Order: sequence, then C-alpha cells, then structure tokens
Amino acid sequence: MVSDEQVEVLLSDLLEQYGYDFTGYSRASLKRRILRLYLLDKAVSFGEFRYKINNDHAYFKRFVEQITVNVTEMFRDPAFFKKLRDEVLPMLGTYPFIRIWLAGCSTGEEAYSIAIILKEMNLLHKTLIYATDLNPAVLERAAQSMFGLNHMKQYSENYILSGGTEDFSKYYTANYSLAKFDDELKRKIIFSTHNLVSDHSFNEFQLILCRNVLIYFDRELQQKVLNLFDDSLEDLGYLALGTKETISFSEFSKKYKRLDVEKIWRKIG
Amino acid sequence: MEGCKAFIIGGSAGSLDVLLKVLPVLDAALRFPIVIVIHRKHGTDSLLPDLLSTRTKLKVKEVDEKEELKAGFIYIAPSDYHLLIEQDGTFSLDYSEKVNYSRPAIDVTFQTAAEVYRDKLVCLLLSGSNSDGVNGLKSVKEWGGLAAIQDPATAQVAYMPAQAQLKVAIDRVLKIQQIGEFINLLSNS
Repeated sequence: MVSDEQVEVLLSDLLEQYGYDFTGYSRASLKRRILRLYLLDKAVSFGEFRYKINNDHAYFKRFVEQITVNVTEMFRDPAFFKKLRDEVLPMLGTYPFIRIWLAGCSTGEEAYSIAIILKEMNLLHKTLIYATDLNPAVLERAAQSMFGLNHMKQYSENYILSGGTEDFSKYYTANYSLAKFDDELKRKIIFSTHNLVSDHSFNEFQLILCRNVLIYFDRELQQKVLNLFDDSLEDLGYLALGTKETISFSEFSKKYKRLDVEKIWRKIG
Repeated sequence: MEGCKAFIIGGSAGSLDVLLKVLPVLDAALRFPIVIVIHRKHGTDSLLPDLLSTRTKLKVKEVDEKEELKAGFIYIAPSDYHLLIEQDGTFSLDYSEKVNYSRPAIDVTFQTAAEVYRDKLVCLLLSGSNSDGVNGLKSVKEWGGLAAIQDPATAQVAYMPAQAQLKVAIDRVLKIQQIGEFINLLSNS
C-alpha cells in the first residue's frame, strides 16, 4: 500500500514543499501512522495521496496532525507528578519568577496538570508556562481548556495518586460531554507553535518538560533536541523526560544529575 | 526455517503460566533474540522481567527505546507503550492510540517485525481473551515468516489462538510442553 520508498518520497516532499523536516523520525512508527491515515481516508492510490498532501493545504495540515502522535492525559504517571510537587516545584518556588517550557504539549493536558499543582502551591501567579507543539491544530484545542468528561474519573484518580488533596472536580465545570477547566489556570500558559527539529532556543527556563516526544526521534535528532534543551536550561534547572526516555547517551549527560527513580535530571555543571 | 533472526511471543490472559513453563526449557545459547509482548496493567513495570528472569539462563530485560536486538536476550515490552522494530534491527516505542484496546498491542510488534525479518521471523500467539495478534500473524505470513499458536485446547483462554486459527493459515499448533523444544530446534537448524 505504502512502501518504505514511498514514505521517503513523502518526507522529502514535506521538507521541500512546507519546510517540515520529519527525516529524523523513527520510521516504523511514522510508517504506521502514514499507513493508518492512508486507510482512514480511503486514498485511491499513492499518487493521489501524495498529490493531495502537496497541493491541498488543509489536507497537509491534517496529514501532519495525524502522523504525529497526540495521545496524552492529565497527571499521566502520577509518581512523576508527585516528584514535581514534592521536590522540583518547591525548589523553583524560591525563585522570584518561574519559567517552564513544556515541549510537545499536544492538546494541553499536562500544561493544565502543572498549572493545577502550581496553583495549589500558591506559585502559579509568578509562573509562566510556555506550552509548545509543532502542530497548530492541537494548540487551538489546548487553548480551549476542554477535555472529555468521560476522562475525568481517570484524571481524578491520577490527580490523587500524584499527591493532590483537593476535590478535582472543582477545577472544571461540566458542559455536555466536556469538562471546561477554569480560565484562571490558562492565564499563565502561553500556547505557541515551536518545532523542535528546526526552531531555536527562545528563552531560558528553570524547568523543561518533554515527555514521550523523543521516542519518535532517531538518536541523532534526539541529541540535537537535547542540545536545544541544554541551551535553554538555566544552571540548576530541571529537565524531565518520559518514563522510557534517557539522556545517558548524550554528550552532556555528565553535567546532569538524576533525581533517583523518576526521569528528571538537574543541570549541575 | 534456517537462520531464524527473531522469535516473538504475544499473549494475554493465561499466557504468563505458559511462559513460566517454557522459559526454563530454553537453550542458553539461542542464536536469536526472543521478544515477549503481553498485556498487563500499567504501572507494574519491573515485576515481570524480575519474575521471568528467575526461570531462565537467558538474560531478561525490559526494552529500552533504540536498543539493538541481540541473541541471548529475552526482551519484554514495557507496559503502556507499543513496541516496534525498525529496519536497522533496533526497538522503538510509540505512545499512540491503543490497538485492540491494548497498549502494547501484539499486532503492532508482529507487523513491524514482519517487514524487517520477513522469512526469518517466527511469531507465536498464546492464550488470551481478545483478538490482538491475529492481524499481526496475517502480516507475518504475508511477508514470508512463520506463524505459530498455542494449541487452543491447552490455553486457559482459547479465544485468541482460536481466532488466529480461524483467520490465518497457521504453520504450527503447539502444546505447552512442545513450545520450548520448538524454539531450541529453530536455533539448531
């Protein structure tokens, strides 16, 4: 249906036509996503599929949104968020102003999770969370602060496991099948496009979170993105990655010290 | 099959008991890696590799992303990620939507491995209560690999291998006590 060679053809089209560089993405996952979309949209032939991506801008946007993985949840891996709450954020609380970068934020669930913790710690007022993604469509959704009401039971359980002691439902109002989160949480979040592959450092942060994004990149691109994070992190700042991700292969790992079991590293040198 | 390059086992409900019986039988000098994808609850990460490593002379480890597959190892798919195999013989992980209500999904690992190892791949589907793995076995056959199932009659939950038998031209139907020997023989041929 779509061969390995055809995947490469599409990737070079995207780069030439739109400046989106996916060539450093791991192929097995990418090919699965492309094939999934090909079947989902009932493409007649590869030629037609390719033509549409290259000539129909709306379809190109759909293509990018669909081949990147946008699955996320609130307080995913509660133990990780507990560590943020108990150790990392209290340390950041000693600064007059806190800057956090959430890279690859997708539809925003983690941004709101962090905003909730900061609010409970009375730190939200002096924080800015830069939540970025390469995908404008997911950012639009993130900015609406509405998530499926059917997820709230799970999110509430995650919240409690992560050390939350409030009634989770006080943070949202039910609106038909959606839970609309308080605008107050959103006031300190800046949603913006940023492409980790091609865009540069845009600020200095005390905490950078990028969870389950690097798994889609090959080692070379992982290194490049880690360098970008290193450039964007203040001394003594923290870098947080996904459960199965690591910095151990990177050139600068010696400058970082891991906080025991969670995938959080502190820049010490 | 000559020169088998990877042996992948998928299972769900009722498959752990099978693994605990099969692993002790395996030859310590197997010439290909074994990959195990079983459905389990998220958050119980380190328990399964620890449990399985007490039953075998082979090295058991949970997969790290970008890790290269090597003979002598039994690799366990981490919970809550899909496990894929890349053309260069490394693993990658993916946190995309569940497939067959499952993450990891057996189908995903079988399908990506099928394209990489083609006629040098054996996939075995064990006991389970949904049809994850069935499409994967179909791909394995399409790419020239060998599809095996646990004999549904010996499975705690027969549905999964039975579905495979119904929908795919299965090459081998194995009783629990035949599985270990089958793997060892593959290594010697």
